[in-house]
Amino acid sequence: MSIKILVFLEQRNGEIKKQSLEAARKGFKLSKDLQGGVTGVVVGDNISNIEIVSEHGLEKVIHFKHPKLSNYSSTAYSKLIADFVKENNFNLLLFSHTAMGKDLAPIIAAKLKAGYGADCTSIEVKDGQLVFERPIYAGKALMNFSLNSEVKVLSIRPNTVSLTEDGFKVNLNVETKEVSEDSLDLRSVVTAYEKSEGKLDVAEADIIISGGRGMKGPENFYLLEEIAQLLGGAVGASRAVVDAGWRPHSEQVGQTGKTVSPKLYIACGISGAIQHLAGMSSAKCIVAINKDKDAPIFQIADYGIVGDVLEILPVLKEELKKYVS
Amino acid sequence: MKIVVALSHVPDTATKIKIAQDRKNIDPSGVSFIINPYDEFAIEEALRTKEKFGGEVIAVTYGNDSAKESIRKALAMGVDKGILIKGDLNVDSLTVAEALASEISQLNTDIVFCGKQSVDYDSSAVGQMLAEFLNFPSISTVVKLEIEDGKVKAEREVEGGIEKVESSLPIVITAQKGLNEPRYASLKGIMAAKSKPIEEKTFDASNNRLVVNELKLPESKRKSKIVGTDASAVPELVKLLREEAKVI
Repeated sequence: MSIKILVFLEQRNGEIKKQSLEAARKGFKLSKDLQGGVTGVVVGDNISNIEIVSEHGLEKVIHFKHPKLSNYSSTAYSKLIADFVKENNFNLLLFSHTAMGKDLAPIIAAKLKAGYGADCTSIEVKDGQLVFERPIYAGKALMNFSLNSEVKVLSIRPNTVSLTEDGFKVNLNVETKEVSEDSLDLRSVVTAYEKSEGKLDVAEADIIISGGRGMKGPENFYLLEEIAQLLGGAVGASRAVVDAGWRPHSEQVGQTGKTVSPKLYIACGISGAIQHLAGMSSAKCIVAINKDKDAPIFQIADYGIVGDVLEILPVLKEELKKYVS
Repeated sequence: MKIVVALSHVPDTATKIKIAQDRKNIDPSGVSFIINPYDEFAIEEALRTKEKFGGEVIAVTYGNDSAKESIRKALAMGVDKGILIKGDLNVDSLTVAEALASEISQLNTDIVFCGKQSVDYDSSAVGQMLAEFLNFPSISTVVKLEIEDGKVKAEREVEGGIEKVESSLPIVITAQKGLNEPRYASLKGIMAAKSKPIEEKTFDASNNRLVVNELKLPESKRKSKIVGTDASAVPELVKLLREEAKVI
């Protein structure tokens, strides 16, 4: 049977999110490898930047449109998509493993009784078959797996597909389907989104600078905030400092916090408990600053400085200022 | 109110993972198992819901005999009874959700609490799948919950902020850290748990759709280069980040 891929395009405030473009590119690539087709689906009201998907391999996008769909509704979105999949016999569904994607994909998999693989870091074709890989135990191990169901649902870990590679430009055709209100399952609806103090989330940041107990106290975290701002990054925290109440849980990186894969991760005064390492070891480049030369964090770092973070951070800020405006 | 909390019995987060001989499982030797950390927030919220509205809290687990330890812990915290559904452990989230739904659907449940993910397979999927099989709506990764007159208002954690969600009972809620501060079991609770019932059921897990080909440990290709021992190393570090790693 030929492959028919459907890519879920996530929108917030009418804008397609970057992570969905990664899923679109993966879908385009797999459709070439398996000689099948790929379609995008977006659920929402007006979408301001829909043309962007033509840069990422999607020729066809279905837009389910209604004002009441502008905010996420797990019940309404899942029903629309699952019904659309059944009517059109899609057999591979791709999501990004974002807050919305990881909520929605399992509901749709259950509706379709489809096998589900979450948070995949690799989707490949081997001997004509799809094989997947995903981290388990917060990245302490990797699972290579297959799905034996007719329909397969996968979510892709953000920041694992390059958006700069050439060869994904296509002509886009958007088909808008106006949805009637009485067909919407609105048992659960998002009524508002509140951004936390305009700060970038660690889960979305390209650069993260994290602090642990070596920061000595919450009053010293401004040092990290200044550097984060300079680099356009986010501040992260170890579990120890979150549990001590120095920083909010939304900043916690690690097994009971967030799993992140930024371009650059700077660990300051973090010794590197196994739970923390699990959450950040997939970062492309890791820098460790710690006064204990035997701290486990140095073993997984690319570069390290042994020393007192409170002395090193002000110097680091000044040095970075020379290159970043 | 009829309240259910779904539990998962998982390796302690401090566990160093080793791969078993068959390359498809982890080596369980020396691994201590605990109640899934996020499930403790689910238990606490279930108990608070019972304290507010009255009723009963039932803990349901899919697993093997050793999972009784986690059920006992929940009973010691104040849960009224437990159900252990025994079945093959090498199964996907959908099978676990089907197994849980097969029992929970018979309980006339108003609300089900789960942890937002189990810290072994990390899929964040069972809660939402369970809701679908029960034909309930679900709200995942919840950090704040209010229930009044059958209406549910929740806040869920999303990238860069929170989403406010409105729904109604019956519902499945998956708990994120921050929802509450889980209580410790009292000595009285631990004693009482010994006489609380754990019902045992079985589930045929032959519908599993996920085939594990191989488990492996991630390879570390890190340089682990110590650039220097105090602030004087900073210029060299920044140079390396710019010219060698090319990340700033």
